[in-house]
Amino acid sequence: MFGLNRKDATLLAIVAALIVFAPFILNPFPAESGWAQFNAGYPDLMQRFVIFGIFAIGFNILFGLTGYLSFGHAAFLGVGSYAAVWMFKLLSMNVIPAIILAVITAGLFALVIGYVSLRRSGIYFSILTLAFAQMSFALAYSVLTPITGGETGLQLALDDPRILDAAAAGGNIPVPSLFGMEMRDSVDLTFGAWVFTFNFGYYFCGLVMLIAFYLSIRIFRSPFGMMLRAVKSNQQRLNYTGLNPRPYTLAAFVISGMYAGLAGGLMASMDPLAGAERMFWTASGEVVLMTILGGVGTLIGPVLGAGMIKYMENIISKINSDILHTWFAFLPDGLEDVVVGLIYPFIGKGWHLTLGIVFMLVVIFLPGGLVQGGQKIAAVFRRRSANAGGAEAEAAKQNPAE
Amino acid sequence: MGILEVKNVNKRFGGLQALGDVNLSVAENSCHAIIGPNGAGKSTLLNCLVGKLIPDTGSVLFKGESVLGRTPFEINQMGISRVFQTPEIFGDLTVIENMMIPCFARRDGVFALHGIRSVASEGELRDQAEQMLEDVNMLDKRNMHSASMSRGDKRRLEMAMCLVQKPQLLLLDEPTAGMARADTNNTIDLLKEIKDKRNITIAIIEHDMHVVFSLAERITVLAQGTPLVEDTPENIKGHPKVKEAYLGEAA
Amino acid sequence: MDAIILQILNGLDKGSAYALIALGLTLIFGTLGVVNFAHGALFMIGAFCAVTLSRLLSLSHQVAVPGEVDFLGNPKMREVPYAYDIFGENLGATIIDWAVPLSILFAIPVMIGIGVIMERGLIKHFYKRPHADQILVTFGLAIVLQEIIKFYYGANPIPTPAPSAFVGSFDFGALIGFDPGTIIYPYWRLVYFAFAVVIIGAVFAFLQFTTFGMVVRAGMADRETVGLLGINIDKRFTIMFGLAAAVAGLAGVMYTPINSPNYHMGMDFLVLSFVVVVVGGMGSLPGAVLAGFLLGILESFASMREVIAIVPGINQVVIYLVAIIILLTRPRGLMGRKGVMED
Repeated sequence: MFGLNRKDATLLAIVAALIVFAPFILNPFPAESGWAQFNAGYPDLMQRFVIFGIFAIGFNILFGLTGYLSFGHAAFLGVGSYAAVWMFKLLSMNVIPAIILAVITAGLFALVIGYVSLRRSGIYFSILTLAFAQMSFALAYSVLTPITGGETGLQLALDDPRILDAAAAGGNIPVPSLFGMEMRDSVDLTFGAWVFTFNFGYYFCGLVMLIAFYLSIRIFRSPFGMMLRAVKSNQQRLNYTGLNPRPYTLAAFVISGMYAGLAGGLMASMDPLAGAERMFWTASGEVVLMTILGGVGTLIGPVLGAGMIKYMENIISKINSDILHTWFAFLPDGLEDVVVGLIYPFIGKGWHLTLGIVFMLVVIFLPGGLVQGGQKIAAVFRRRSANAGGAEAEAAKQNPAE
Repeated sequence: MGILEVKNVNKRFGGLQALGDVNLSVAENSCHAIIGPNGAGKSTLLNCLVGKLIPDTGSVLFKGESVLGRTPFEINQMGISRVFQTPEIFGDLTVIENMMIPCFARRDGVFALHGIRSVASEGELRDQAEQMLEDVNMLDKRNMHSASMSRGDKRRLEMAMCLVQKPQLLLLDEPTAGMARADTNNTIDLLKEIKDKRNITIAIIEHDMHVVFSLAERITVLAQGTPLVEDTPENIKGHPKVKEAYLGEAA
Repeated sequence: MDAIILQILNGLDKGSAYALIALGLTLIFGTLGVVNFAHGALFMIGAFCAVTLSRLLSLSHQVAVPGEVDFLGNPKMREVPYAYDIFGENLGATIIDWAVPLSILFAIPVMIGIGVIMERGLIKHFYKRPHADQILVTFGLAIVLQEIIKFYYGANPIPTPAPSAFVGSFDFGALIGFDPGTIIYPYWRLVYFAFAVVIIGAVFAFLQFTTFGMVVRAGMADRETVGLLGINIDKRFTIMFGLAAAVAGLAGVMYTPINSPNYHMGMDFLVLSFVVVVVGGMGSLPGAVLAGFLLGILESFASMREVIAIVPGINQVVIYLVAIIILLTRPRGLMGRKGVMED
């Protein structure tokens, strides 16, 4: 199917199903129940899941395949956002031209930065990309204020030209749309105590992510992808095999920059403003975290990582000590306080601490991320079922008391 | 005029004269061995041939064209392949993927952006790669992770990766170092076959005199960066200068 | 002329901080071969050592003021720091006033301890892993450390004043014969610079004149050979890591009066310090120090109004720009040795 082998086609189908049914999957709790705060199925968050999924998929094409660790990828996301907002201001509120310009601008940006940065490798490459991104951030924040809106960020205004659109009626700033369908349009489906929200913008982003994911599978399975893995594995041998590693890495850099631009363009399409903080190096660090956490170099890993981090950021950060107390109310008073006190630093505003610890554990024990963890667990189960009879007998022997 | 002509090559590292006026001519379809004690400049010379180092003075001509100033991948595309002393392969890739990369390099040149086409659809290149693996008796290992193979297998894989490119000149850096005698003999047979059946010129650096005398048609003896003599194996064997500089130590 | 001297002076304090952090980074990179993204966090922890000590010293209890009652008739209460009880009122007040410099004594053992624990517990296991993994795990550690600090000290900057003797500025211009009022310079910044010079001098002297330092320098040049000589290089490197942590921590302690510490100050400095290390030359200690001061002063010059008028925004980007140019034209940096981490 679509030029994929069975395994990849299955993976694509799973991702498609996840995207389509996300409003159900992420809203498992009735709207009025105490657990409703763990529902992640609201449009804003679902959009962020898929947009950061795209960002991480693109980052993985560079880092996962070539091993070049860029610490400045957020710059491309920021550039994409600015480009998209400018398109909304000047041309039209239709998201298609905005996203196309976002991808192209980010690609050109990546071409320039990549051309320079890729002359070095290893730690130097990381620092060069970091320096470029910080420079872009600083410029966007200060000197380039006429283009970027500086500290306040770039916003839409009523008197923007928008040459393709008819004059806005009613004096409201228009919202991004796809040929008349507004991104913020939502339909609520009430099903007993459950409320599911289907948002047009989310499904648009979801479709884009599906395409982005499909392309990344094709890249991973292509000769180009194989060359990128060869770059990571042994550049010396590649050189002595008559291949120039530089254009391969540059192409990977530009492609992943374009993915970041796409994510930035979509972000602006969902909420038409762009700020310099999107380019700050911590934002670059975040995509690194996502990719590593999910499983660097795997197809599905970055999507999982992005989802997990965005979920933590939005859901764990909402838990406060009152909620903890209600959860552990069944414990005796003293014990309850101890337990809540132990957990408290890791939730709410402390979710970054949880993230940092999880991330370190992953780097130390699971370099392949969640995907590797899943594979290990699956392998254990497979082994169990394979020699279930023998294993049970053995277990019985080892634990005679049971 | 040989396929490879090295003329008056000099290379200094700071105060050390690594190569001094080296002249070398490798005839087409021959096997030319370069021997010499440790530190004689053999590896430096090899690095000058493949573009890793650039000589201070002198010229290196391959098929009448200068290789100096070209990058390693350009020189490889001219038809020179190199096998390293410690096997350089793509450890993260499977054996068959290792083999396919040189096939792509041969077909598409130094860079080609096939981002959408699938590797699986490259049947012709796969056949080439598998044929070559069969020739070196490694077809059964094609789906193995190459880093997990034994050192001997890695070396054979590297040799196969070079051969599948159909180079005109194959440079070998101590291909039998650390090998058992039986494996060494296998390698000798393989190299003989390469030279005779595939019409590939071989230049080899080797310490093992058994290998040198079973393969080489010409031998150049390097000592302290300069060639002492260049002659046939028969003449080298009895050459007093060589005995003194090199064989004498062992004898 | 006076404007130039003023800018050089202005660049010194930031330059000192860059130099001290970069020195520690280079020590760790040069000896252990590890790229430590958590080094900024050590700087930050140092600063919070000062915060902690000044809070500890100011701990107080309530004492009734004799002879005074409030309108309800209860005795009026007054906060009295325990330090007054222990040291007497005068000495106690002085000690509280001098909390920041005193924190040096407190920070040294704390920082060495943290450094040693870090090296033995975590970094040690990453010597053989790729640089990317080292960056990632230390990056994770930096997040954890700064979140812990945030949890206990909150997210807002905590003002921590210098001893009152050093508060305020003096007329440096008048001292060296310029018109009075042209070069006004805060006392504490001069103290910070002097402190940095002393620390840097001490580190260099330690490496230059002790056997320990000799072994470490040899290890930086060629780790394997030194290992083969039967010298227990690993143990020395652990101590080296503790030392680097202490240097970063002390830099943080003394920086608190200049910039009120907050939990992310380490990261802010770290990014720039990496740039400093690269500009100076990876693994070169004098390079790190030189580049630290140079870039600090350069940044200060770039923020002059006259310069910004010509090249807008240059103050924001000058350091990065210099780093990019250096990396591309002279990959081993200003004073890096040829062949060390050049590609």
